[in-house]
Formats: sequence, structure tokens, C-alpha cells
Amino acid sequence: MDLTQLTIDAARSAVQERKTTALALAEAHYARIQKEDGEIGAFLTLCKERALEQADRIDRTAAEGKPLPALGGVPVAIKDVMSTRGVRTTAGSKSLEHYIPPYDCTAVARMEAAGAVMLGKTNCDEFAMGSSNENSAFHPVRNPRDLSRVPGGSSGGSAAAVAADMVIAALGSDTGGSIRQPASFCGVVGLMPTYGRVSRYGLIAFASSLDHIGPLTKTVKDAAIVLRTIAGRDPMDSTSADVPVPDYVADLEKPVRGLKLGMAKEYFGEGLDDEVRQAVESAIDKLKTLGCEIVPVSLPHTPFAIPTYYIIATAEASSNLARYDGVRYSYRAAGVKSLSEMYRRSRDESFGAEVKRRIMLGTYALSAGYYDAYYLKAQKVRTLLTRDFEEAFGKVDAIVTPTSPTAAFQLGEKSNDPLAMYLADIYTVTADLAGIPGISVPCGETREKLPIGLQILGKHFDESTILRLAHAYEQAA
Amino acid sequence: MKVTEKDVAYVADLANLELTGAERSGMVRDLNSILGYIDRLNELDTSNVAPMAQVSDRYGVDQSKRGSERFEYAYREDVVEGLRKSLPQETALENAPDADGTFFRVPKVIER
Repeated sequence: MDLTQLTIDAARSAVQERKTTALALAEAHYARIQKEDGEIGAFLTLCKERALEQADRIDRTAAEGKPLPALGGVPVAIKDVMSTRGVRTTAGSKSLEHYIPPYDCTAVARMEAAGAVMLGKTNCDEFAMGSSNENSAFHPVRNPRDLSRVPGGSSGGSAAAVAADMVIAALGSDTGGSIRQPASFCGVVGLMPTYGRVSRYGLIAFASSLDHIGPLTKTVKDAAIVLRTIAGRDPMDSTSADVPVPDYVADLEKPVRGLKLGMAKEYFGEGLDDEVRQAVESAIDKLKTLGCEIVPVSLPHTPFAIPTYYIIATAEASSNLARYDGVRYSYRAAGVKSLSEMYRRSRDESFGAEVKRRIMLGTYALSAGYYDAYYLKAQKVRTLLTRDFEEAFGKVDAIVTPTSPTAAFQLGEKSNDPLAMYLADIYTVTADLAGIPGISVPCGETREKLPIGLQILGKHFDESTILRLAHAYEQAA
Repeated sequence: MKVTEKDVAYVADLANLELTGAERSGMVRDLNSILGYIDRLNELDTSNVAPMAQVSDRYGVDQSKRGSERFEYAYREDVVEGLRKSLPQETALENAPDADGTFFRVPKVIER
């Protein structure tokens, strides 16, 4: 049995049945990290002591013959924007290079309570701002399929860690596509749940009305298992919704026959790479042969999603990032003489170019004289974008699109052109703005063997249907 | 050009950033390019559209309730240590760049 090739259920059962141990699983994956991660750069921090203590707890439970929880002994990685008590959490920023949180993010606590063994914290774009992972203050991540290419972003480290078998599953965060786009680039499954489905408590904030935590996994079923673990109301996050959590795993087996799938021409227009188009269209054909009905739908405001997103996300970010003042836990510049100089130099010296750009754009959009023209305008267009989905979902059960217009691009290809980089999120940002769930599932490769992703979008709180469709496609493909 | 070097200096000041000379000119170029793209929002007539600050209101758990009543589940008693204990002082100061054991220490604020 190759311990680095298992799904969640296979790993948990093997530990439960004493065919292996949680310790051996952790060691096998650490060996893989040791061997591969020098080139890939997926991890920023490893937490072996904490991992081995947890593995030992799981092994003792298994030795006593007691049933293991859903993630018992499963090695996982956590994107470095989620706070972990006693384990350095940087958000990919020099500002938090030495920050050690005094508490755990709810999603992480729920993973560990379900028996997951956290091996380490994964690299990401600084404060989750980016689509290529090149904005990490520490080092870029390389795509395990082709080391000259980016893994996508901002959860590039989490996607690469799963793709390279360094962990079985990982958590990422998605504000404009940051789970789904890297999942697509690295050939793994990535799920962004409905806004409010998973608590944001302990997630380092980028744009609070758009931030979502979700899983990156090797199979759709694994994504369902992780979502079932982390979903549900948390009193520590007032935006976490009081909506019952269904059994996503049991629901995978419900039939997909008769489901109506919307196809919107706005997601298949100019800028879509031909090979991606072909792969996604043949995936949709496959769903049709499984008994789904394809229905044309219109999402007419889609071309306005990127400009709307880059106003709202940056406005919220400029406010959220005001907390990095060099007083309580973030970087402080040396040799400053006044409080004002301390704020400015600390922020200047510790934020990267993209973070400064977004703070500037967001501050500009919120400033006197521009608030109505930019921020208020974007909030109104956000309503129109959300209405597009509400109308479409009156007719269909889910919407199928490409996850990204292209497969993984080269490192450095877009890093000097912020607007070109922003357009990499063109098919993903709208779901974040509307708060609906979306999943990316691998649907073939380009001639250069680069993975392509099929995106399935669903109604609010209807992760069950998109997981079921993704699962049916994965099993049939 | 919509955004000038002067605008960039003003916004940087609001955002508590300083920016070097090279950063400022790069920012003028980038903000103009991005805002030029964003201006396409003006093609849409939004005069009768309500702004949307967050999504929760669009799927309120109980649609028969109005406004904040929908989110009653998120209310808690206004008491000390309502959800969790405050961090001990020692813990709260652990990550501080400069602290004296009781307070965060910063450069002098009031000149006299």
C-alpha cells in the first residue's frame, strides 16, 4: 500500500483496521514533502510536533478498538491565512513573518477535532491577493505538473500540496476564485461553499463579504467529507448561517438524471482557450449522457463582474488591512521617531507591491468624491450580478462553465500586468460576489499535459447538488 | 489620465503608506489602467437598483422576517466573556514588537 496515494476513507479505514498507523501516514507524507517541496515550495511552515502528537492520539484510539472520526489520521495542510494556535501564521506577508496566533481558526479546530493531522501551513499570495502565487513574500509556488508554470492562486500552496501527494487534503480560501482556479491549474478538486456555510472565525481577513474557506482534495467525495466536517453555524462568526448541514457524502449517491444544467454563453466567449473550451464542452456532453438536460441561460451582467469585484474587494481590503499598524502583532520598522512615521514605514517596508496597489485602489474608491462613483456603483452592480444567478436558478439546478479561461500560465508571464492577472479570475469572481457555491473538478488536459477544470455553480446552500454532479462526472470520466 | 501623482500622494496619505518615488509613478500608471477598465460600469443604468453590501440578506434563513430580525440567531447576551474568555494580558502582548509587560509601547504621540 502506497500511503501517499490514498483517499480520506481509505486512509482512515487503514488506520482503523490497523493496516497502518496515523504516525506512518504522517511520516510517509513528510518524506514526500522532504523529497518534493524543495522544488515546488508549497509549504511555509511545518508543524511536526503537533502533527505527531495528533497522530499518536489517533493511533491510541484505533488501538483501543474505538471508532475513528471522519478524518481520523488523515494528513492535511492548511493555507497560511488560517490562524493556528502556537504555529506561525504569515498570510504570505512579511508583515506577519513572526506572528504566532494565540487561538485556532474554527475550520482548523473542526478538522483536528475530526481527527485530521495537520502537517503544515501552505504558501499563498500575500493576504490571498493574487492568481498565481507569485505574490508570496517568501517564495513562489511551482505547479507540480510543470515546474515552469504557476499553480494558480491564491491557494496555490494548498493545491500543489494535494496535487503532489504531500497531503491527502487541504483547506484554502476563495475571495475571487482562489480555491477553484488553483484546483483547476493543478488538477485537483476545489470547492468554494456558500457564503456563511463555513465559519470565517480565525481566517485572516482580505474582503470580509467575499471570503470563503473550503477544501482542496483528490476526489469529489473527499471534498464532501471535508465540507461536512467544517460546515455549520459558529457563534464566533455572526455571518455564519444558521442553516442545517445535510449529509453531503450520502447525497453523492442520489441520481443526477433529470437535473437541469444551465450553460451561459457569457462563459464561452472571447478569451477562452480552444483546448479548454473543447475539454469543458465534452465534459458537459458527458453529463448529458448521464441524463442531465442542458438548458441555455443568460447571465447578461457577467462582463461587469471583474470591475465590480476589484472595487468591492479592494475597498474591503483597504479597511481590513488598516490593522497592520506595527503596534500589536505585525512588523514594525526600526528607528522610527513618531507614531505616524511608525505606521507608514512599517506598512511600506512590510507590504508587497500588489497589496499596496489594492490598498491604494480601495482607498481611492472609498475616498470623498469617489465613493458614489465607484464603491456605491459597484455595490449596485453586485445586486445585478446576483439577480442574474437568481433568475437562472429559477430554471436550472446548476450552471456549468470553465473554471479558468486558460490552463496554468508561465511564472512571470503576467506578473508585470496587474489587469491581465485580474482577468485570470473572469469565470470565478461572480460566484464570490453572489455568495453561491462553486466546485472545480478536473476534466482533462491540454496537449501539453496541463490540467483543465470544469466549474459547477449551485444555488445558495445547495452544495449537495454540485457535489453530486461533480461526483457523477468524475466517476464516469 | 484620471489619477495624477498628486492624487496618489493624497490617497497614500489616507492609507498610511508613504511609497517611494518609483512606487508612486508605477501606481499612477497601474491605477489609471485599472480604473479605465472599471469605468465600463458606467455603461449600466443603476438608478433603480439597491446596493448590496453583503449576501446574507439575500438568503435570510427566514424570509418572512424582516431586516435584522432575520439574524436573531446571531445575537448574544451583552455580558463580559460572552463567547470566550479574553486573552490573558501576557498572551495578548506576546506578538508585540515592543511591550513592557503591561502595555504596548509606541513612539511618543503628544509633542510638548
